[in-house]
Amino acid sequence: MTPDRDTGARQALSGRRAFLGLAATAVGGVLIAPGIHLMEIAQAAVPGASAAGANPRVHWGLLIDTTKCATGCDDCVSACNTENGLDPRPSPTSAQWIRKVEIKEIKTGRAQSLPVMCQHCAEPPCVDVCPTGASFKRADGIVLVDRHTCIGCRYCVMACPYKARSFVHEPLTGQKPDVPRGKGCVEGCTLCVHRVDKGGSPACVAACAKAGHHAMLFGDLNDPASAISIRVRELATSPLRADLKLGTGVRYQGLG
Amino acid sequence: MSSRLRSRRFYFGLAIGALLVLGGLGAAHYMEEHGHIVTGMTNQVVWGLPHVFAIFMIVAASGVLNVASIGSVFGQPLYKPRAPLSGLLCLALLAGGLMVLMLDLGRPDRMIVAATHYNLSSVFAWNVLLYSGMFAIVALYLWTMFERSMNRHSRTAGVLALAWRFVLTTGTGLIFGFLVARQAYGSAMLAPLFIVLSFAWGLAVFLIVQSALYAWNAQVLDSAVQRRMARLLGVFVAAAFHLVLVVHLTSLYFARQADFEAFILRDGGVFPLLLWGGYAVAGTLAPLLLLFHPRLAGPRSALLAAALVVLGAFAWLYVFIIGGQAFPLEIFPGYAVSSSFGDGAIAHYAPRLPELLLGLGGVGVAFVLTAVGVRVLDFMPKDDFAAPQSGTVKGAA
Amino acid sequence: MNTAQRRALARRAAAVLALACAALSIHVPALAGDGATSRGLEPAIEPARGEKCVADPAFMRRNHMELLKHQRNETVHQGVRDARASLKGCIACHASAATGSVAVAKTDFCVSCHSYAAVTVDCFECHASKPQASASLPLSPPQTGTAAPRWVAQSRQGSAQPASVR
Repeated sequence: MTPDRDTGARQALSGRRAFLGLAATAVGGVLIAPGIHLMEIAQAAVPGASAAGANPRVHWGLLIDTTKCATGCDDCVSACNTENGLDPRPSPTSAQWIRKVEIKEIKTGRAQSLPVMCQHCAEPPCVDVCPTGASFKRADGIVLVDRHTCIGCRYCVMACPYKARSFVHEPLTGQKPDVPRGKGCVEGCTLCVHRVDKGGSPACVAACAKAGHHAMLFGDLNDPASAISIRVRELATSPLRADLKLGTGVRYQGLG
Repeated sequence: MSSRLRSRRFYFGLAIGALLVLGGLGAAHYMEEHGHIVTGMTNQVVWGLPHVFAIFMIVAASGVLNVASIGSVFGQPLYKPRAPLSGLLCLALLAGGLMVLMLDLGRPDRMIVAATHYNLSSVFAWNVLLYSGMFAIVALYLWTMFERSMNRHSRTAGVLALAWRFVLTTGTGLIFGFLVARQAYGSAMLAPLFIVLSFAWGLAVFLIVQSALYAWNAQVLDSAVQRRMARLLGVFVAAAFHLVLVVHLTSLYFARQADFEAFILRDGGVFPLLLWGGYAVAGTLAPLLLLFHPRLAGPRSALLAAALVVLGAFAWLYVFIIGGQAFPLEIFPGYAVSSSFGDGAIAHYAPRLPELLLGLGGVGVAFVLTAVGVRVLDFMPKDDFAAPQSGTVKGAA
Repeated sequence: MNTAQRRALARRAAAVLALACAALSIHVPALAGDGATSRGLEPAIEPARGEKCVADPAFMRRNHMELLKHQRNETVHQGVRDARASLKGCIACHASAATGSVAVAKTDFCVSCHSYAAVTVDCFECHASKPQASASLPLSPPQTGTAAPRWVAQSRQGSAQPASVR
């Protein structure tokens, strides 16, 4: 091989290499660009949207004054059913996110009535056992089911000490736009996240207050100045099954 | 028996198995289409008959590999030729059990989600990895047994399979063991209990399949082998009963468990019936008599005992899984409770046809896989010594 | 290579080229987009409300599922609602004037295109396909006195003074 062809070959090679490098960069850019464009669009906020969402400094809680809870009153249950589009007729397969429970102490005969819903534990057993991570705890303490990931294995239903979870046994229609729910997934009280995220309170609390009973109080347990924090600091309140030490967000006043 | 007749019998059996599988798949489709409302499961009893079948098969799958382990890991010569069949049965039962479990999901179309999203604090997530790994390891184990050049590795593979299935069965027991809230579960004892149960159930299934295969291939199992395996089954059944007894005794000792134990052992209707009659008498006492009593012991008795152990297994699992859910959660200890959501009330569960068909579909899958496997590959145990031909001397005890 | 071989090669090349042209010509109408000679099988896209979509139609056709998948995680896990790429946002604009929905009738927005593309859309097993109705209950419970936000310390009725806060 003559020296001319050698250098010529080497020049051609480096020229090709440069071209390939450029082409690879260009192809890489072309591949990534749509993704960046996608993320731009997705993250672009609409003015007025609740961009904040779940605030990790907040810990939402519920305080239920059982002395103000009357047997036969189910305003909270009706409100929840209406807000979330649940079937109000109770049946063994109906989803009940909140229910009124009548209890009577066996030894003394003292009877009480109170609502029971997802207790939004700080250490939720349902979150521990979910195989896909669909049952999760939000940064602000609300325990939810991501129904895009739920496979309907019902392990969380087995694990929950409070019977908070329901399984959807049949195809559903007419869902509320803010509360998507469907057959084959597990669900439970969401503390009305769709309302809370917009600065509101759960439907049950709103209904109880609207009817004048004021048995339910919703607020931020991490804020020492909130009404609920003041109440739980001054009055005797307790979680259900305190022995399990789950750190529930829901507390009850007036239970023995 | 002519090979033609044997062939016809094989295809007939295969057809039955295929029918069971189709029934199971059809039931699963029906359940997926209409939702679980077509089953007897409710928000009180969320795991029903399909889970009884599935957990039996999964636990038995782990236990049936014991035969291979005793052969290759512990070096018992009588069990070594049985190792391949044991491996095949493990794969077949695992496949059947997992099929039932996966088709019973509320959203079986989300299998990919289950395979790609793992919450590692969940025993279920671990089980997905453990069960898939089990398939691979047993396949590897079988390969080391079949491939002559790999035979020297079969002990290593056997040890790996043994360790893996201990972890797997522990995981199966801990599915329930980790549930702190329910009075039937939430105990560390469930892990070793499930391991010992797996020994008993796996060996029982193996004995049944072995007897059937020998009968259908016009071979006779050597009485020494048969006696040894029968005695081993008896030991496992007794050990399992011991653990069940300890679990219940401890529970009875705690005042807070008194109501639950009264329900399971006396007042619960079908549950005490199944526990005492199905598990204790038919599933434990009768097999022990059949296996150890000098006048009763023999190959036929052993087969009957194995069948009774399987029946007892289903009875125990029904009480464990469904009875454990039927008894209400104790949210207010010391209170009588009632609500629209079944709080404080014993839940009623009546299995419906789709559930039974789905469970049987899993059994069908295991059967078909075993039958085809034995037909196509060399799984029949080949003992080193000459077994006596038909018309053998009645096995002296 | 001699003349005969060269001619054979040329013939083969011509055949391949002709096949490629034929194949391409079948797909050109599809490449040309809607309204071309697709014999009336194209989806009936109703004009939507609002000025314009989140992005241009070609982009949305290819990527709307990715946008939705990303957004749903943000909404469910972070609580970001009413963002640009939210499903409710899509429905608000694209709901059909006739049925009020995006997935009820065969000509509704989501269903018509998805049937054309033969891709199952199972969002509406769970999600409402019609736009938001008005909320049934006011967001916050009525307070006695001025409607103060609930996170401000309330004076409690008939109780001792609140302990020193903060």
